[in-house]
Amino acid sequence: MQDQRVTLAHGSGGKAMRDLIQNMFVRTFDNATLGALEDQAIFPLPELLRYGNRLAFTTDSYVVHPLFFPGGNIGELAVNGTVNDLAVGGARPLYLSCSMVMEEGLSMDVLAQVVHSMKRAADHARVTIVTGDTKVVERGSADKLFINTTGIGVVPEEISLSAQRAQPGDTIVTNGFIGDHGVAILLARNELALESNVESDTQPLHDLIAKMLEVCPAIRSLRDATRGGIATVLNEFATAAGVSMLLHESSIPLKDSVRGACELLGLDPLYLANEGKLIAIVPPDLAQSLITAMQTHPAGEHSAIIGTVQESPPGTVLMSTTFGGTRMVDTLTGEQLPRIC
Amino acid sequence: MKFVDDFRDPQKAQVLLQKIQALVKRIELCRHRPVWIMEVCGGHTHTIFRYGLNKMLPEEVEFIHGPGCPVCVLPRGRVDDCIALAERSDVIMTTFGDAMRVTGSKGSLLQARAKGADVRMVYSPLDALQIARDHPNKEIVFLGLGFETTMPSTALTILQAQKEGIKNFSLFCNHITIIPTIRAVLDSPNLQLDAFLGPGHVSMVIGLAPYAFIAQQYGKPMAIAGFEPLDILQSVWMVLTQLAEGRCEVENQYQRVVPPQGNVQALQAIHRVYEGREFFEWRGLGSIDHSGVRIREEFAAFDAERKFQVPDVTIADPSSCQCGEVLTGAIKPNQCNVFGTSCTPEHPLGALMVSTEGACAAYYHYGWIDRNDIQPVNAPA
Amino acid sequence: MCLGIPGQIVEIHSEEDKVALVDVGDVRRQVNIMCIVDDEHPPASCVGDWVLVHVGFAMSRIDEAEATRTIELLAEMSDVQAKIEHGAIMPKQDTP
Repeated sequence: MQDQRVTLAHGSGGKAMRDLIQNMFVRTFDNATLGALEDQAIFPLPELLRYGNRLAFTTDSYVVHPLFFPGGNIGELAVNGTVNDLAVGGARPLYLSCSMVMEEGLSMDVLAQVVHSMKRAADHARVTIVTGDTKVVERGSADKLFINTTGIGVVPEEISLSAQRAQPGDTIVTNGFIGDHGVAILLARNELALESNVESDTQPLHDLIAKMLEVCPAIRSLRDATRGGIATVLNEFATAAGVSMLLHESSIPLKDSVRGACELLGLDPLYLANEGKLIAIVPPDLAQSLITAMQTHPAGEHSAIIGTVQESPPGTVLMSTTFGGTRMVDTLTGEQLPRIC
Repeated sequence: MKFVDDFRDPQKAQVLLQKIQALVKRIELCRHRPVWIMEVCGGHTHTIFRYGLNKMLPEEVEFIHGPGCPVCVLPRGRVDDCIALAERSDVIMTTFGDAMRVTGSKGSLLQARAKGADVRMVYSPLDALQIARDHPNKEIVFLGLGFETTMPSTALTILQAQKEGIKNFSLFCNHITIIPTIRAVLDSPNLQLDAFLGPGHVSMVIGLAPYAFIAQQYGKPMAIAGFEPLDILQSVWMVLTQLAEGRCEVENQYQRVVPPQGNVQALQAIHRVYEGREFFEWRGLGSIDHSGVRIREEFAAFDAERKFQVPDVTIADPSSCQCGEVLTGAIKPNQCNVFGTSCTPEHPLGALMVSTEGACAAYYHYGWIDRNDIQPVNAPA
Repeated sequence: MCLGIPGQIVEIHSEEDKVALVDVGDVRRQVNIMCIVDDEHPPASCVGDWVLVHVGFAMSRIDEAEATRTIELLAEMSDVQAKIEHGAIMPKQDTP
């Protein structure tokens, strides 16, 4: 497959497309449902009801640039991101669809690497990619490759998570270092010519979350912190529940190298993207035992309590700084840009 | 992090705050009103708000936020000029990150990029020069912003370009100088100030001597301040001590970085490449004489203004905009009529809302909540 | 224009062009060291120096002794303050 490229023929519905689907997707994703190549995947409902009583359904599109970055690529993001969106609802993720929009001229080698990464990520997350779509657009109409994954999962009856449930006195918990993915992407774009060993934290969280819910079914709210960082999730929680979130800066796990990049560029790690981090709101008396349980799981080794929920001012996020003062952590406006001042 | 964490030590902060509390009782004017200390530099404004220093200090100490934010004071007409350059198919426009969001009359560079202009963010003018080496068929223009801190970097980049014989690199020069700026603030009729926190990183280039007139002619104590929160608190303590003791000097708090004589190589580079402009417009403040610089004739080949035609139109801010009054410290951001209503970070009317260390953006993002509002519950140790 | 951060020079990349590699908290970046080299401080001697980095240039050599002096002064203030609070010494008007 030396230097072979995706062409418009691969999206036109003819033999080239069928061969691509068969040799690239069906062979790699390797499951009977996909292999049947019907126009849809069908599942008997009793099978789903084994896992719970509600269907969870989510979709996400992945347009990251560059496609490959330290710690992963767009394929892993596409699987883990959608798995995590299901998991933070308390669902057991089961099946994904995979829709590819490829730019004419995309290298087949690159595509193969991405598809194999998706398979590995799906196996690791124990989900199956059961249906998909393939489109090719003219050169210049897409940035190499866009992927959409839609996922379904099932929520056990006893789970009831909601952004509105946070109460004053509750504890804010996270599962590890923040900002890694944001810095990894910035470095990979190479506009800033920085060298570092920071890698994306992309990982599936449903296994960790299942353990968390088992140890602490009373978790009130759960969300993964992706674009916009933990600051965005906390602002969403604060607004939904009409409370204030008070962060303690000294408790927030942050790698030295992420901190160094932020200091150099004038960025705030609270707003940097993550791809394997969650925020949970937990009743205060249960938080410590939850943290202890999380820390025994590979996806939660550096879990920490990072703040508390306050009554007011409602809809705000505040932070008590390492220095002793308090400041607001506002919602993000536009994209965070490195500053010179 | 070395030289950083030491200057963020909360225990030392508490001691300084106690000393400051004691000091203000010894300052006569504090019986009638707060001491007004202007921090000139946008980076200081950012630190003050990021660490909540304004709320930690006693009410007798009030910061007046000065105009030292070069991104904020970039005139709208000059932004339009940048966009005109960026829209040329033969140009790659390169710029620092936060300058991309400043709006002219036709939007910002970020918006121009969305419409197809080749606009690229760089960390350093040297990276822009590298883009010029990598794209010999394009003209690379770098938007040069900043006070004397940044002038050496663009000057040295031009000198490097000249040394290598690079023909497709030029600078769109919007550099401004600090001394005319401070003088304009001091001469501002409605402004009362008691002391200054001086710009630490400008000073590592120009040294201490240029500020002498502030103490000698205008009678205002000054401390050249670093950018960590302890630096700011210590500098506040230093100027308050001067006021309490009836002294009036320019002191150097940032001694670990600022040599009293400045940086010879940096100053040489600046003088070699740049000369003063008689007039230069500041957004919100009008023209400040002799505050701008332009590229000398010898380096005309690297001057985007000489190389290209730009619209070069002066465009006023909307009439509701009160940036000028905030910039000179006459009003606080939240006293501006449009603050938080028609002027927000999403829809900035004036530049102070655009850059993160513009006073208005700092107020908006980091909160103008009252110090008494926060009652932490069960804070973990 | 103020954003400057301390970093340590770890390598010289070009003596002629005065380019070095600087480490800022585990992140590395090439910087121009023209402003901090002179006859007394040729490029090779700068390895290990701490410098203030601004937009890809080392703008000042950080004086470690001065930094220590500043911290010690502040620490001394803490000690004096503690002694005042514990009644060990009387506060003076001109106590630093």
